[in-house]
Amino acid sequence: MENTKYSKEVLKHFKNPKNMGSLKNPDGVGKLGNPACGDVMKVEIKITKDIIKDIKFQTMGCAAAIATSSMITEIVKGKTIKEALKITNKDVAEKLGGLPPIKMHCSNLAADTLHKAIEDYLSKKNKKD
Amino acid sequence: MKTIYLDYAATCPVDKKVYEKMKPYFTEHFANESSMHTLGNKVKEDVEEARENILKKVNAKEHKLIFTSGGTESNNLAIKGIAYSYKEKGKHIITTKIEHDSVLNTVKFLEKEGYEIDYLNVDKEGFINLEELLKKIRKDTVLVSIMHGNNEIGTLQDIKKIGKICKEKGVFFHTDACQSFCKTEIDLSKENIDLLTINAHKIYGPKGVGGLIIKNKIKLNPLLHGGGHEYNLRSGTLNVPGIIGFSESIKVISKKDIENMTRVRDYIITNVLKEIKTANLLGPKEKRLCNNVSFLFDFIEGESVLLHLDLKNIQVSTGSACSSHTLETNHVVRAIGVLPKNSNGMVRITIGKETNLKDAETLIKELIPVIKKLTEMSPVR
Ligand SMILES: Cc1ncc(COP(=O)(O)O)c(C=O)c1O
Ligand code: FES
Repeated sequence: MENTKYSKEVLKHFKNPKNMGSLKNPDGVGKLGNPACGDVMKVEIKITKDIIKDIKFQTMGCAAAIATSSMITEIVKGKTIKEALKITNKDVAEKLGGLPPIKMHCSNLAADTLHKAIEDYLSKKNKKD
Repeated sequence: MKTIYLDYAATCPVDKKVYEKMKPYFTEHFANESSMHTLGNKVKEDVEEARENILKKVNAKEHKLIFTSGGTESNNLAIKGIAYSYKEKGKHIITTKIEHDSVLNTVKFLEKEGYEIDYLNVDKEGFINLEELLKKIRKDTVLVSIMHGNNEIGTLQDIKKIGKICKEKGVFFHTDACQSFCKTEIDLSKENIDLLTINAHKIYGPKGVGGLIIKNKIKLNPLLHGGGHEYNLRSGTLNVPGIIGFSESIKVISKKDIENMTRVRDYIITNVLKEIKTANLLGPKEKRLCNNVSFLFDFIEGESVLLHLDLKNIQVSTGSACSSHTLETNHVVRAIGVLPKNSNGMVRITIGKETNLKDAETLIKELIPVIKKLTEMSPVR
């Protein structure tokens, strides 16, 4: 049988997710559904001088989805947009001490939604410029 | 912290009395019941007594019981056994969309071999439509397989009426009663059931033993060929301790236990619906397994509820898409017509004879903040 158990790190983030909630007047918003299972994630970001100053997420999903959401917000807070765009789903999963094989698709949601929020910020910014 | 196990539909602990009764059959009465010597004869007698006890429990007079390795094997034997044995008559089988996987995957296997399968719809409480059943039965229909108590949402089908229809139409009727056996009355002298699947581990008996009760007139093709045990329908040296335990386990759940489980079930249903606005009951209020409670919570996912409750030492289960084996939306939830965007929030709570109202209170007390937290976390509110 495949291993279906979660790592300690996943359970830690699942139990006490970091940066959960929403922001007042966010600079960028991303919302995506997971086509594999129908779960949904939303990310809001505040940007100052291309640096992610604040980030919040909301997720309807399994423990893997919640933990990857929480972990990615921790990773990118204080990072530049460029750095954040380089982060892949695999990076997040690795930081969490791996995910059960059937749950790998859940980590897609986190990075993809973050990138969408950044794109949203960039397109708004371009309009203003 | 006390553990509150609420997953009795998955399996039960073995009752102490059952365990004690089984023990000598591992060490002392170990002989092969097929052996002609005194030791073998003693075991044979006890196995036959066990067989009689179980047949009596369902008032079976024109039936025989074949011991198997459990519900899965019994369902396989019933369906493949009939399909192969009566293929001259036809290759059409009727079942429902809410069967246990051991039925669904068996008919799917037969579908690949050229059999034709009709899957009956169910209404939003999980009941089949008897008219639809009547319409679907054809000249070449060899079997109708409809489960008695649904393992996910608790719906109890009207097997008496289904049996009557099948009899009138001259089609064999199989029902999977793993969840209902000993929790709801099954009386084969009143109900026309040609093949009945039962097992031991849902009624405080051991895992790995079950039975298929069939009418004497039925001719099945065996799945296992060999030494000709069990009326030549299931070869292999018998699992004697399991069979003895199975026979003892049918005495475990009393009338009072059933009343108690029903009371706890209704307490949980009423209070969760009252306290949690996003809770929806799955399955009917009446005609429901006495130990099954099943909810769908809006905006959240069942797995997260399960894990949070587990951190509080409360064990429930989920039919959600995100349960560990598969990502597909639960087939029962889909069949009762729940929208896909909402179908991952299923939580199943199944109670046992030890569960009391205090456990139910604790569950609800812990459940409320978990649902609140997860709902706040959800972007789809
Ligand atoms: C309705 C139903 N049918 C069949 C089975 C399979 O039984 P077993 O685990 O004994 O193979 C189960 C339980 O897992 C069940 O709930
Ligand atoms: S996010 Fe849906 S299964 Fe993990």
